[in-house]
Amino acid sequence: MSAAIELRQVEKSFGEVAIIRNVSLSVAQGERHALIGPNGAGKSTTFNLISGYMAPTSGTVLLRGEVISGLPPYQINRRGLSRSFQVTNVFANLSVWENLRCAVLWATGQRYSFWRNIDNLPEVRTRTAMILEDINLTARRDVPAGLLTYAEQRALEIGITIAGGADVILLDEPTAGMSHAETERAVALIRRLTEGRTLLIVEHDMSVVFGLADRISVLVYGEIIASGTPDEIRGDPKVKEAYLGEEAA
Amino acid sequence: MTVTSLSAAPPLPTAAEKLKFYGLWVATAIALLALPHVFGSGASLTMFSLIGISIIFSLSYNILLGQTGMLSFGHAVYYGLGGFMVVHAINIIGANKLPIPLPLIPLIGGLTGLFFGALLGWVSTQRSGTAFAMISLGVAELIASSALILRSFFGGEAGISANRTKLLRVFGWSFGPQIQIYYLVAAWTLIAIIAMYALTRTPLGRMCNAVRDNPERVQFVGYNPHVVRYLAFCFSGFFAGIAGALAAINFEIANSAYLGAAQSGTVLFAAYIGGIGFFIGPIVGAILVTILSLGLSDLTQVWQLYFGLIFIAVVLFAPGGITGLLMMHRPLAKGGTLLTVLPSYLIALVPTAAMIAGLILALETIVHYTVNPGDDSHIKAFSVAFDAASPYIWATSVILIVSGYLAARKTWSWVAHAWDRASSEAREKGFAA
Repeated sequence: MSAAIELRQVEKSFGEVAIIRNVSLSVAQGERHALIGPNGAGKSTTFNLISGYMAPTSGTVLLRGEVISGLPPYQINRRGLSRSFQVTNVFANLSVWENLRCAVLWATGQRYSFWRNIDNLPEVRTRTAMILEDINLTARRDVPAGLLTYAEQRALEIGITIAGGADVILLDEPTAGMSHAETERAVALIRRLTEGRTLLIVEHDMSVVFGLADRISVLVYGEIIASGTPDEIRGDPKVKEAYLGEEAA
Repeated sequence: MTVTSLSAAPPLPTAAEKLKFYGLWVATAIALLALPHVFGSGASLTMFSLIGISIIFSLSYNILLGQTGMLSFGHAVYYGLGGFMVVHAINIIGANKLPIPLPLIPLIGGLTGLFFGALLGWVSTQRSGTAFAMISLGVAELIASSALILRSFFGGEAGISANRTKLLRVFGWSFGPQIQIYYLVAAWTLIAIIAMYALTRTPLGRMCNAVRDNPERVQFVGYNPHVVRYLAFCFSGFFAGIAGALAAINFEIANSAYLGAAQSGTVLFAAYIGGIGFFIGPIVGAILVTILSLGLSDLTQVWQLYFGLIFIAVVLFAPGGITGLLMMHRPLAKGGTLLTVLPSYLIALVPTAAMIAGLILALETIVHYTVNPGDDSHIKAFSVAFDAASPYIWATSVILIVSGYLAARKTWSWVAHAWDRASSEAREKGFAA
């Protein structure tokens, strides 16, 4: 079986500056994989390359064995890969309900339909309602997303990401800026919602990373310096030196 | 479908709500039918026809600006091309005695708008924001200058005229009298409003709003924002073409003014003043702007100047437009605290009106000295006669502006206080803005 996500010798440069150098990475189907590394290591850029937000300068990205590098984001999304954003990126003037519904429409085959009434689509309604309950925002259903609290917006961000039913999920720092209690709730949510799907997650909170991930890859200055199980990563001297240091001790 | 998940969904409209909704359309249709029996003069029928045309045009514009977040400076292109094509169509159909009656002619205008929207829109909708606005301006200039160069199609300065009464008659209607044109426009207005409202309630319509809010995120839920914008643009062109066709039928002429920057500006103006954030906003704006442009031009020669001032005032003080202002009061009305702010409005109105009166006096005086300096200084504006050369008038104007401004500042801060109290009271009762 081919890997859910595979990066082969991917490079990304902005002018002379190489942000990602020769990154090869493989995420197996159904695996929870964490990408860690210091600030500026290129984690978000890696996400941007996988999700089609940017095209790699060289190398290929594969989704279940098919080449997706160079495709626009919406085509990659239609193939079953969905991502969240580090900085909350929702539809601020639309209600929570509308936000989730927009994320459900393509997946339920509505395409650019202008002949169907949005209220007469039971499948869209049911799926939106299910996601709404999953992310525990039922009480905030009609509130514009821009008026939600930070933690609620982060939950909505995850909700939009998973609403289309993609089986490969990329989450970019889903717990950034959350309190301890909020982080715990968010992790439980992520664990539940990504059950049976492939997850690639960028995260700074090491307790989250080691609690959630089956495998971890460490990115430093645009290069993967180690990839393995949490135990292997903990014991890796290169990782200790380059990044984990006192945090893992 | 599970019961638990559906309890999280917003309730579907009940039978009573649906009845109320459809009742509203029926009531509108009846009102449109009855209107000529209440105001039957030729002038009012013409005004109603112009309002209907303006409503369709403004709503079509708001598919772009309000629904999809595209600021166009050249929407008159599709209106004008629809109008020109219809004038030619009427002439051809009339000359060849083709069996096409006048009520179907606006469809030709719509298809023309759709065709040119589809043709010119693909490139311009690649981006929204500044790039789209600039391209719309460029295309508008291109088409408007072509109208003066390609004389055979556009008729140059004079334009092209047609005789609408020469077509196949249905029910014996010749469409000569204005009342018959009124009914034609009214029917098309109602159809267009319903169609454009229905469009907002479709998956495409909802994705238009999503593209307006955040085109980047749209790409990551499977949609291509360019296609969404392009389809919105095509629909917008279609309805603009219908409006242009009705205008051409109403005036029996199409000229280069149909496609010009002023026409594009007017529709932006109407949509914005009415409120682009609401479906009915452009309808309100179209009604108001049409009445103002017909009414103000009788009252003062610089009526366009007042248009500009009104526009600036709306952009600065009521970015949600008139509809936005009214909608702000909904939570207060529901919470029962609306009456507590009304006295402060009335108080604030007095110095504000004084300031505006002073401004008008100053403007009209300046106009007298700059536009017609040689004329008699006893002028008349807004049906009030005064002597523009009199120092008393100048002093009055200055006093009104200065004291009105100072008092208005004070009284509007009272309004803000009363507003804060009323809205927090309403919020406590559960009616948040």
